[in-house]
Amino acid sequence: MRLEAIRQALAALAVTEEVEVVKIIPAPKPAEGEEAAKPTEVREKVSQTMLFTPDYKKKGFHLDIKVLSAELPAAAQVLIDQGFFLEAITGVDWPKERQIEVVYDFSHWAELCRVVIRTRTDRDQPEVPTISHIYSGANWHERETHDFFGVKFSGHPDLSPFLLPDDADYHPLRKDFKA
Amino acid sequence: MNAPVTDRHPAVLDRTAETFVLNLGPQHPATHGVLRVKLTMDGEYIVHAEPVLGYIHRMHEKMAENRTWAQFMPNMGRLDYLAALSYNHGYAMAAERAEGIEVPERAEYIRCITVELNRIASHLLWFGAFVLDLGGFTPLLYAFDDREQILDLLESVTGARLTFCYFRFGGVYNDIDDNFITGARAFIKRLRSRMPMYHDLVTKNIILIKRLKDIGPISQEMCRRYGATGPVLRGSGVSFDVRKHEPYSVYPEFDFDIPVYHECDSMARYMVRMDEMEQSMRIIEQGLDKLPDGPVMAAKAPKILKPAKGDYYAAVEAARGSFGIRVVSDGTNTPYRLKLRSPTFSNLSLFSEACQGMILPDALALMGTLDLVIPEIDR
Repeated sequence: MRLEAIRQALAALAVTEEVEVVKIIPAPKPAEGEEAAKPTEVREKVSQTMLFTPDYKKKGFHLDIKVLSAELPAAAQVLIDQGFFLEAITGVDWPKERQIEVVYDFSHWAELCRVVIRTRTDRDQPEVPTISHIYSGANWHERETHDFFGVKFSGHPDLSPFLLPDDADYHPLRKDFKA
Repeated sequence: MNAPVTDRHPAVLDRTAETFVLNLGPQHPATHGVLRVKLTMDGEYIVHAEPVLGYIHRMHEKMAENRTWAQFMPNMGRLDYLAALSYNHGYAMAAERAEGIEVPERAEYIRCITVELNRIASHLLWFGAFVLDLGGFTPLLYAFDDREQILDLLESVTGARLTFCYFRFGGVYNDIDDNFITGARAFIKRLRSRMPMYHDLVTKNIILIKRLKDIGPISQEMCRRYGATGPVLRGSGVSFDVRKHEPYSVYPEFDFDIPVYHECDSMARYMVRMDEMEQSMRIIEQGLDKLPDGPVMAAKAPKILKPAKGDYYAAVEAARGSFGIRVVSDGTNTPYRLKLRSPTFSNLSLFSEACQGMILPDALALMGTLDLVIPEIDR
């Protein structure tokens, strides 16, 4: 199975994050005649590897991995060696967390296997390394993401405005952009 | 008369030679819309080509963030206006997946039938316009005559001739009637009788063969690096079609083939599209035969969508390749983020590399086989 192979190959690149989990501890059985105590909620920080295999029918993809931005070229290299092609690159703005998420969609010709690679970068100075030297098609997708979100792709040959006018100094898909 | 060009393979260019810049577009008829290509030429040969985009950029993705899920559906008719129903389908599927809506079987059949009719209309227009690019005017008039029949059929059920907004979350908004069914059958009969004429008139034409055969090679490796899909990829010998690869709707119920040509040249991409029309006709025929009774809208489809938080992806095979939608929902009644993965954006991105060293007329033939629709690239 290609999914299992690619999951193992990419597992080392996935980040481990502290995730807050709410645990509900049921109250101990009350002694006779006493009122039952309420269950207590405990918020715990659990470290979790950010690699998920979601239900394809519900989500539309098979593998969802979060990596450090520095690991993106390594992840892209693994995917192209396995024969994956790049569907698209895009961003998502998360102003509350002061972060911009960059999402990479990959798919495969021979077997149905959709892989999503995501990374987060600082919203004030967004910068991630380019993968355009691995996937030539990434060149345009990265230029578009730079236009819309202001993400700088370090090592990209030409980040001049692409779909926006030549003098554009705004990034329209950021949540605080108002036309 | 010019001397015949015997060696039609891309030339190895002398980089030190004097070059000049030639501006192709944004109003050139061969670029089919507002695409501009900055060409650096060494005489008749292309040293470097840089497509310049954005002349019809409307920021559909931002519009999606400012309206409800249902209000965004009309936008899907304005991306690829030649095969708008595929885009309706992709968006409806993404929203239905996010919200968990089941679509009635009859609606799925109607969706497939109308999408395939739209695909034939798109390929017919491409056929006419592409041959016009190469200097043959007459086929365009025949192709438009046939395409007109489809537009009339689709108008009778969708209410529109071009910018369709026919699908709803949970079905389609209008049932098809007997007139549509008899009309569709009559159209298939008509097109089947016309296809041999097209092949006699155009495909076997020596001028067309000389212009396309062994011209504009696109290797599989290049397709992978650029993410090319659709007829471009299938003309390079890869049997990849979302309808078979990632079966959606009721496509698994139909018996149809994926035309694949291994020559990797412009002729291969031409042949893929010509053969696909026959396959689409097969799907429509089977769809009309098997069409079940029942509702065309899910009974419990919510009027206002509020999908659970998270990412969702849906892909369909549009007339030009794999069209994908990634939606991010934050649990409210508007999409938090909506990404449109348009197939021709990726297909055009390989043009710069593929046309290096070609003479200009061959590069225009190559561009024609990419089947560009600029509003879909710029979005």
